[in-house]
Amino acid sequence: MSVGAAKIPVVVTEVVEVNSLIKRFRFVREDGGQMPGFSGGAHTVVEMDDAGTRRLNPYSLMSDPGDRSGYEISVRRDDTGRGGSAYMHREVRPGMKMLISPPVNLFGLDLRAKKHLMIAGGIGITPFLAQMAQLDAMGARFELHYAARDRELGAYMPELSARYGDRVHRYYDAEGQAIDLTTLLAGQPLGTHLYVCGPKGMIGWVLKTAADLGWPAGAVHSEEFLAPPVGVPFTVELAASGKTITVGAAQSLLEAIEAAGVDAPYLCRGGACGQCETHVIACEGEIEHNDHWLTDDQKAGCRHIMPCVSRFKGAKLVLER
Amino acid sequence: MSLDDFFHDETFFGDYTFKNSPRAIKRFPFPFPEDDYMYSVNMEPHVPGRPGSVFEHTFDVDEHYVAEMRDRARVLRDDPLRCQSLPHMTLAGWDLLELIMESFARDYPQWFSLTKNGNQWHWINRPLNIDQKFTFLDESTLPYGPMEYITRQAQGDFTLQDQRNDNLWIEAGMVTTQADWSLDFDIGMSFHEWHAPVPKAHEMGVFDRALKFLLQLQHGAPVRRFNWTMTVDPLLDTSPENYPKWGPGKTTLTKENIGQRQHLRVELQTLFRLPRSNAIAFPIRCYLCSFEDLVTQPKWARRLHRVVRDLPDELATYKGFIRNRPLMVDYLSQFDDGAPTSPGWWPDE
Repeated sequence: MSVGAAKIPVVVTEVVEVNSLIKRFRFVREDGGQMPGFSGGAHTVVEMDDAGTRRLNPYSLMSDPGDRSGYEISVRRDDTGRGGSAYMHREVRPGMKMLISPPVNLFGLDLRAKKHLMIAGGIGITPFLAQMAQLDAMGARFELHYAARDRELGAYMPELSARYGDRVHRYYDAEGQAIDLTTLLAGQPLGTHLYVCGPKGMIGWVLKTAADLGWPAGAVHSEEFLAPPVGVPFTVELAASGKTITVGAAQSLLEAIEAAGVDAPYLCRGGACGQCETHVIACEGEIEHNDHWLTDDQKAGCRHIMPCVSRFKGAKLVLER
Repeated sequence: MSLDDFFHDETFFGDYTFKNSPRAIKRFPFPFPEDDYMYSVNMEPHVPGRPGSVFEHTFDVDEHYVAEMRDRARVLRDDPLRCQSLPHMTLAGWDLLELIMESFARDYPQWFSLTKNGNQWHWINRPLNIDQKFTFLDESTLPYGPMEYITRQAQGDFTLQDQRNDNLWIEAGMVTTQADWSLDFDIGMSFHEWHAPVPKAHEMGVFDRALKFLLQLQHGAPVRRFNWTMTVDPLLDTSPENYPKWGPGKTTLTKENIGQRQHLRVELQTLFRLPRSNAIAFPIRCYLCSFEDLVTQPKWARRLHRVVRDLPDELATYKGFIRNRPLMVDYLSQFDDGAPTSPGWWPDE
């Protein structure tokens, strides 16, 4: 179970092919009511019933937070992933009923900022779409630097330029363009906050460059959702519920726990929020910690695991669940 | 029942004409589910509770509403710094205004109404005789900032916590009914900083767990907990700023007047994730009940005696009643025959 708020029953009202890899989905409430308000940077967890396999994937809300008539997300198809994005692309059509979670924000704006500097890579643009709409409505100062592989895959780029003008800077890898990050970060006014969302390599590059230039850690914000990785099946004992379960190759440990009928807490399902943290009672082998939550010491200690993204290799793993 | 019949005309200072009706005594949120007390995070979902109880609605509006709002205006006149909002918290103030207006209008349609046409809102508060048209998210259309505007019309104190860097920061609030803490002193502090004075709880890890829990608080899933202390005379504004005015009153308690003058002060604390700002609203609603009214419920009389008698000294000191504890125990012991008490805090029927 997720802590707290009940899921929202929604109907899919639009499915738009944005480019060859990305589709956009619009959800409105089944009961016709208003969606909860949300803050730019928030995500929702979409529940999918993929031929009997329950999938729960987090997606950033990209629609204007001021619009409570519906929510929009964009999903990039990952052909090598576990199947959630492929399901969204293949099966989800207008008129379909689905369940989504209330919004949760792990990538909030710091409203104290004198200026918001945003760096997006590829599908990492989505939380910024909502944040820019919110900041624009508040009259706040922001600037976006958005890199994509090529013009075709630069989702929403023309619309963003049309709407926000020279506050939007576009870069295409295929044309040899790259963000001159050091110059950009060195020239920002005091009180600027930096936000980055995109592929792992880009996030690491931006965080390191900012740190090297002396940016305070509190002024630098990043979000990377991890998809649970595909791996080798393994077996886990759940001590509190007295069950032994097998985690399939394309299944996460959390999903296997849920499939066994055991209630486990979660929020983001992407290794970021900490909600699903579980105590390890015994571990003969190696935990593959894939999360951003546990500290390095905790990861080395083998006493905690984040079942949403982490896996195990070895003879025996017993969890307090 | 007309408005004037329901809402008391009473004072919370000076001549202290505050009085709980028999109905208010019966619904008083007695905070002790057991005969002893120790800190715990003790949070539970803030879902609508027993009809007639203080949990029936999202916000409880009771017979003291009009008088409490008058008292708040008086305190603010003397000390405007009881209400502060750092510049980046204005959006959270709008979130709070929306939460309170929507809840009041839904739960008490006989007293409040809210009509919306896009961002053009019309708010009517009949008990306070307010009729206000304004533009949502446009501060220039209200006589005060959004947080101050709405909290001048809602019982209890309110603080707004910004969330960033895996911490909560108290950066706005309306605080006039506080149990001896100061918004002006605490504003800008992090979660552990503003809780620093609390004894024992840090060592117990209470605040680490509470912070972790709150950082994950979800919109639409508010939680609540109780806190409590003791106050001599029904004074809502027990502020550090005014300590010289009310602190000495503790020395004037006697065997003869303790039943009337000593009040159990209970805070119903609720926590809401706010939608647009991602801040957390923390309403702290204060209820007062005199000892002589409390002991009309035999279960509460027995239990309060045991809690006060057995509380660790550090807690009695922190809560400011170590000096008068012997007097309290002496008074309450008359009503404790040693019989067992039933579980939970509800009075026995």
